[in-house]
Amino acid sequence: MAQADSVDPIHQFAINDIVTFGEIGGVTIAFTNSALFMFITVALIAAFLLLTTSGRGLVPSRLQSMAEIAYEFVANMLRESAGTEGMRFFPFVFSLFMFVLFANLIGMVPYFFTVTSHIIITFAMAMAVFLTVIVYGFWRNGFGFLKLFVPAGVPGVLLPLIVAIEVLSFLSRPISLSVRLFANMLAGHITLKVFAGFVISLSAFGAAGYLGAIVPLALTVALTALEFLVAFLQAYVFAILTCMYLNDAIHPSH
Amino acid sequence: MENDRRADGKKPPAAGSGSKADGDLARRLDRLSSSLDAERRERAAAQEPRRSDTRGFSLGIRLASEFVAAIIVGTAIGWGLDALAGTTPWGMIGFLLLGFAAGVVNVMRSAEKMASGESKRDED
Repeated sequence: MAQADSVDPIHQFAINDIVTFGEIGGVTIAFTNSALFMFITVALIAAFLLLTTSGRGLVPSRLQSMAEIAYEFVANMLRESAGTEGMRFFPFVFSLFMFVLFANLIGMVPYFFTVTSHIIITFAMAMAVFLTVIVYGFWRNGFGFLKLFVPAGVPGVLLPLIVAIEVLSFLSRPISLSVRLFANMLAGHITLKVFAGFVISLSAFGAAGYLGAIVPLALTVALTALEFLVAFLQAYVFAILTCMYLNDAIHPSH
Repeated sequence: MENDRRADGKKPPAAGSGSKADGDLARRLDRLSSSLDAERRERAAAQEPRRSDTRGFSLGIRLASEFVAAIIVGTAIGWGLDALAGTTPWGMIGFLLLGFAAGVVNVMRSAEKMASGESKRDED
């Protein structure tokens, strides 16, 4: 990264083509840095899980127990919010959780790209959840799935209004799910960059600047810790909301 | 058990040397548990504000996104219907209001869920 870029807080989100494959309908099809980091994320997850579980110890080693904790964590989350029947979605939820978690954590490494800071990525994942809920809900419950939009005990006059509100609330799920993750990562990384930029700008003023730069430097350190927490928390929130939505598909009545 | 220990601690028994040793032990256990309690309370107090700060941040973004998403969806649907049916701007106005209501419903629901999750965690 060049000197001028180091103070620009938005530059870290730029998408660059690494290899271009040509054009389809005027849109360049390219292997971008975003795609590269998605590959890295998936490769890291696969390597982590394969290597840590290769020992297959009955008494797990430290690394193996890390993988087991990840499994238990997601499995418990799914069982608690969607019941044992929800366990058929375990591969889906586990993949989403691990992908978001690793993508967020990889984004914390300096100079690395944060995949989840682009809304199209989070929106694609949210739509995958949303469509899974709709398709599975109709496949399993038939038109009984529509009971989701009709709360029990509502007087007939209010029913059309309530149903409209419920449908809108349902349709807003993929948006809120994707915006939440994307906004958290984007805001966190920009804040981090802005405070780090203050250090550089202040240090241009000589000795007084160096002294003044201590405050933003300390804040940058604190924010980095906070961002690690947010990285985990957002993966958790994404996964648990996925579980709750899947629960609606399995048990549609309120 | 508690009562025994306290009674022993208050008036050291004059009888056998064995029960005297018991009273001594009970007193020491009492002192240990009370100091442990104090330390635990201190530690909890030290951790409390920091945890709630970060939780508040994520809670805020969570509720805000729930609210905004419903409004965006409502407006988009209204706008699309207007474009299809040529009823500008009534569809957008109506669905914007519906989106508002749905946003409030979303926020109330997730706040309720959060509150119940919190109390469950506290009970554990």
